[in-house]
Amino acid sequence: MRASFVFSEVVTGLRRNVTMTVAMILTTAISLGLLGGGLLVITTIDQMKQLYYDRVEVAVFLTEDISANDPRCTGNTCADLRAELEAASGVESVVYESREEAFQRFQQIFEAQPELRELARPEALPASFRVQLTNPERFEVIAQEFSGRPGVDRIADQGAYLEELFQTLTGLRNATFAVALVQALAALLLISNAIQVSAFTRRTEVGIMRLVGASRWYTQLPFLIEAIVAGVVGGLLAVAGLVTAKVAFIDRVLAGVFEAGIVPRIGYADIAFVSPILLLVGAGIATVTGYVTLRLYVRT
Amino acid sequence: MIRLEHVSKTYKTSTRPALDNVSVEVDKGEFVFLIGPSGSGKSTFLRLLLREEVPTKGDVYVADWNVGKLARRRVPQLRQRVGCVFQDFRLLTNKTVAENVAFALEVIGKPRHTIRKVVPEVLDMVGLDGKSERMPHELSGGEQQRVAMARAFVNRPLLLLADEPTGNLDPDISEDVMLLLERINRTGTTVLMATHNHSIVDSMRRRVVELQLGQLVRDDSRGVYGVGR
Repeated sequence: MRASFVFSEVVTGLRRNVTMTVAMILTTAISLGLLGGGLLVITTIDQMKQLYYDRVEVAVFLTEDISANDPRCTGNTCADLRAELEAASGVESVVYESREEAFQRFQQIFEAQPELRELARPEALPASFRVQLTNPERFEVIAQEFSGRPGVDRIADQGAYLEELFQTLTGLRNATFAVALVQALAALLLISNAIQVSAFTRRTEVGIMRLVGASRWYTQLPFLIEAIVAGVVGGLLAVAGLVTAKVAFIDRVLAGVFEAGIVPRIGYADIAFVSPILLLVGAGIATVTGYVTLRLYVRT
Repeated sequence: MIRLEHVSKTYKTSTRPALDNVSVEVDKGEFVFLIGPSGSGKSTFLRLLLREEVPTKGDVYVADWNVGKLARRRVPQLRQRVGCVFQDFRLLTNKTVAENVAFALEVIGKPRHTIRKVVPEVLDMVGLDGKSERMPHELSGGEQQRVAMARAFVNRPLLLLADEPTGNLDPDISEDVMLLLERINRTGTTVLMATHNHSIVDSMRRRVVELQLGQLVRDDSRGVYGVGR
């Protein structure tokens, strides 16, 4: 009896303020959708970090002198440098790339842009050591130790470019979270408002129930469940929104990037991982807002 | 059953107290009329007993509860043992007759099979056995009041409060309602009825407590409504 009572009260309540219910659900959905988007960006960043930091190299570019005259790295300066690099702590491997090899690689990379290939001359490209680090964060140490040494022109860290990329992504994530937060605030106020309206339109009924000896909990539970239902439905819509966004937008626009393996694909597994979080957050926000509203504003 | 000790109640919006130092005692099983003109404090009296209001001064006891000092979460327990009936019936308009009566039992967590057994019995007692599936708006005023009485009585309350229960009813229908109240009283339930109805008070010859401007002015054990009113 109790369950059916609560259920019928909830349905009546949600139907009585349809517009309010829809507004409440939509704002919650948008907020949770953005939160989900932000969470997906985080997982993507993590996956990208794993993907890239494994491949990241430090490039130690060599001076014009060595580049031009020592294609096999047999001269003293070059061979010493290599030996020292190999001996440095945190270095996994050292590969020498001569001017000729660098030029070939350049031709490969820009295969699609013949104009660039035409323009390039081997003399413009320096020879270098490609240094793989066991720990990418060791770059600073290597850079300090070897910059300014004879034969070394400059040291570049690919990680630095990645860092910039990740910073952009993190900024994107933070912006998403900020909008999600503002939306969450709107959702919160709407939920609170809807509960107050619900309680107000049913105040006579609730008054009668209270007179017959119904506890506050008994009469207010339906209002709370109304809010929770809205929160959960909002969460489901948010998940549906993420799936739609993946299929209709991300998979199409970023298809090339995914194919090339530059950015890891956002899979259904990632969405499946985020979904329960969104549902829980939706239900949680609704519960807390509902409870606080009932305690503070609804007296009967 | 009921004991008021020097009870005063002043509402914030008014300078004159609605009840002014009222002391009165009602024993278990009594039938008492509470009379007095509008604004004399009858409704306040009843609202204090139900803990819809708290006294400004003094103590209100119902059974063993000090009603004014009752913790808020325990108020439902009091109300589950005190039935009440009003001039405007106060039925749940979206529930059937049977559901309205059943509600009072659901609230106190009675099992479903008990509810299925007890509700028809009580509806039978108030003479509504054929109308259990009707909605309140399909019933006459007298019938609605009987539903309200069935709901108030179904828990076998210690005390039944009736606030002008006949105020909206024709005289002969009022008589039915009074007969029903008497029947309920004979089961041992204390009945306290606030009323304006001279003829009912005069014909029943029960204890009469009269309020005027918030003060208790008369307490007759077998009274009439009063001369010249």
